[in-house]
Amino acid sequence: MDIQVRVWRQENRSDNGRMVTYDVKDISPDASFLEMLDVLNEKLILDGDDPVAFDHDCREGICGACSMVIDGVAHGPEKATTTCQLHMRHFKNGDVIDVEPWRAAAFPVIKDLVVDRSAFDAIIAAGGYITAPTGAAPEAHATPVPKKDADLAFEAATCIGCGACVAACPNGSAMLFTAAKVAHLGLMPQGQPERDTRVLDMLQAQDDAGFGGCTNMGECTQVCPKGIPLTLIGRLNADYRKAVRKKL
Amino acid sequence: MGDFYNDGDPIADTAAPEGPIETRWERRQFNAKLVNPANRRKLTVIVVGTGLAGGSAAATLAEAGYKVKSYCYQDSPRRAHSIAAQGGINAAKNYRNDGDSIYRLFYDTVKGGDFRARESNVYRLATVSVNIIDQCVAQGVPFAREYGGLLDNRSFGGTQVSRTFYARGQTGQQLLLGAYQAMERQIGLGNIEMNARHEMLELIIVDGKARGIVVRDMVTGEISTEMADAVVLASGGYGNVFFLSTNAKGCNVTASWRAHRKGALFANPCYTQIHPTCIPESGTHQSKLTLMSESLRNDGRVWVPKDAADCQKPAAEIAEEDRDYYLERIYPSFGNLVPRDIASRAAKNVCDEGRGVGPGGLGVYLDFADAIDRLGKKAVEAKYGNLFEMYQRITGEDPYEVPMRIYPAVHYTMGGLWVDYDLQSTVPGLFVVGEANFSDHGANRLGASALMQGLGDGYFVLPTTLGNYLAAGPFEPIADDHEEVVAARTEVEDRISKLLSINGDRTVDSFHRELGHIMWEYCGMERTEEGLTKAIGLIRSLKDEFWLRVKVPGTGEQLNQNLEKAGRVADFFELAELMCIDALHRRESCGGHFRGESQTPDGEALRHDDEFSYVAAWEYATGDSGKPTLHKEQLEFEYVHPSTRSYK
Repeated sequence: MDIQVRVWRQENRSDNGRMVTYDVKDISPDASFLEMLDVLNEKLILDGDDPVAFDHDCREGICGACSMVIDGVAHGPEKATTTCQLHMRHFKNGDVIDVEPWRAAAFPVIKDLVVDRSAFDAIIAAGGYITAPTGAAPEAHATPVPKKDADLAFEAATCIGCGACVAACPNGSAMLFTAAKVAHLGLMPQGQPERDTRVLDMLQAQDDAGFGGCTNMGECTQVCPKGIPLTLIGRLNADYRKAVRKKL
Repeated sequence: MGDFYNDGDPIADTAAPEGPIETRWERRQFNAKLVNPANRRKLTVIVVGTGLAGGSAAATLAEAGYKVKSYCYQDSPRRAHSIAAQGGINAAKNYRNDGDSIYRLFYDTVKGGDFRARESNVYRLATVSVNIIDQCVAQGVPFAREYGGLLDNRSFGGTQVSRTFYARGQTGQQLLLGAYQAMERQIGLGNIEMNARHEMLELIIVDGKARGIVVRDMVTGEISTEMADAVVLASGGYGNVFFLSTNAKGCNVTASWRAHRKGALFANPCYTQIHPTCIPESGTHQSKLTLMSESLRNDGRVWVPKDAADCQKPAAEIAEEDRDYYLERIYPSFGNLVPRDIASRAAKNVCDEGRGVGPGGLGVYLDFADAIDRLGKKAVEAKYGNLFEMYQRITGEDPYEVPMRIYPAVHYTMGGLWVDYDLQSTVPGLFVVGEANFSDHGANRLGASALMQGLGDGYFVLPTTLGNYLAAGPFEPIADDHEEVVAARTEVEDRISKLLSINGDRTVDSFHRELGHIMWEYCGMERTEEGLTKAIGLIRSLKDEFWLRVKVPGTGEQLNQNLEKAGRVADFFELAELMCIDALHRRESCGGHFRGESQTPDGEALRHDDEFSYVAAWEYATGDSGKPTLHKEQLEFEYVHPSTRSYK
């Protein structure tokens, strides 16, 4: 199939950036979206043009590196699918497809479609862990965890840290990301001792990094490739209120 | 063979303690020199790579009080490719009361590795396996659990016990996030200096010791030299030499290869694991292959039509009696759970017979119809839901309705930098952990053992053995203008300038793809003397062409993904040649290395223990001859006596 892509090109952080149109011909419907961009880039290189920079790595939907807003939707039209797992069979011959980077104050553009997401790491560093230095662990079966809690914790823990939630949020909020980690660790008995400080510290780090506030729009969960549910934000808010009360 | 390599001195000392194998690690721990906590603050350790091995090592060393500098090419340490491991992690907990023990895990791993691994290392790995599970549970890793709240287990290829711990099909992700979170805690505390989007391009050796690295900031292009008291490589495997593999696109051999060029021996480069259950290629645009966890073989049945004429029919139209469940037929006691190398080659054989299914006849069925009948769709979904979704997303087919199509793909590399029992390479102060070293899997790795080895090395082994080395430090500070530092930096700058200046007419990817074809054809599932000799010639001429015709756009002072790729592919050329030389010299079949000339009458791998029971450790081809030098580490089997692996 033949398509047109209109891609955001931006030389570096300070460049203004612009949309540039390219023709991409003879693409197999079985190719992934990124493979379509590979084909475009091979052509650009041989034509003496600058290839499009984009983040990608595992190309199997788990590393969280790929990050494109496709036709206005983070990760594109398919539900619960990362950009790398989106295939061209979902488009049709003659389509014109817009490709843009994540846009959020806390995720500055580095080049073209590549953004800086280190603010997510800073949120984790502030409290997204259970303190358990190597060697200090008790026997694994010392504390049984009800299957229901373990399964829920797992669901929350499947977040891949891609940042689509932030890109989709009109406020540029990282609340779904933070809530997923707070829920994962807060559902486990091991996570209880730090439960209050964790939520307070992570939210502080989120604010410090320049993410916006959450107003329960729910756009985040619509684009989340792992289907992290909005209810986790409610859970975070409950944890937060409890922690603040205790602190007062 | 004199055409391709020189013979060198054997490796005499592996630093492994002698005496009863059960207590070797305990004795090594006791005899290791300790560094007192006040001195640890004065010692700096560089860790390259943030996967399971590098992430766990960096966190543990920082917790112990060392100053750690960590580097990864990804934009966050959480994205290292360990994240993609699906199936699980082995540990000898014997929670199933099914006869498992440390000794049995040790035995299975030595046997699974086709008697080409070092017994002392494997026993230690089995010993620490139980601590890994405890550690991960304490971190909050959400392993699958039973209704009683205790941990669930499943079985994996090559074993008859259930010792694999898992978190749905995302075990690697959950274990890596555990290590990553421990790392981030140390970053927050200021004990780890994290440098994401930084690539190691050279090793710096001063007075015979590894003292630093040259790195490129992948955003600004700035080249800098980073110094330390020791360097740890945790930079993963080299499966991307085949271009198409299940590795992430960025996985590369550069850190290891640069260390090899500076004197670290490279061991068993030809040992490559071809994983039997991957999604087949769909066309020439293919940029990588996707693995379907081997755990699927617990419940899926592998088959092809008995008659090649049936291959074009839809699976549902092929009657039960016309299907050949070939693994169950040939290997009745292990059935669909035979080790990876055996399952892969069996798939290749039936496809070579013209009985493959799907585009190009390069695929076999993995069928869940029986499991769905037996357990119900819901139970199958609970176990494998995300894998089924992934399959459907990629192929557009629903595996609950039609059988999956699978085909082998390059997945893991057992070879790597040679290390002694302490995980130290032949360059003092250079330690190598995880897939980047060669140490524990012999010629074939069992499923769910990579995660075990990465975390075993990083959480438990390295922190002890590195301390023993650092006890002699802190070493004399090295100035930025030291001649070795300047030389290493200049080498990196010259290479980048060269790559950018060629300005030819072929892209980096086109060279990489062609190299991959050569390797898959001649150094893949079956290797022969004729094919390997041919491959070496092809690789050499392609490499020459690369340095004349490659086109790398842009400059060095910016984010330049093609420049990054070009440097990696240049190193893959040199590695590819060494892999073929290693494969050529090993005139036997063992594990993932199958030589066409060395098979039993019924087509099974035939080892030659009298000639090849050694680790082949290669010294980089320096000097006039331009040939690598082979050093042999003789393997001794005091406990598990080499026998013909039989899974029949």
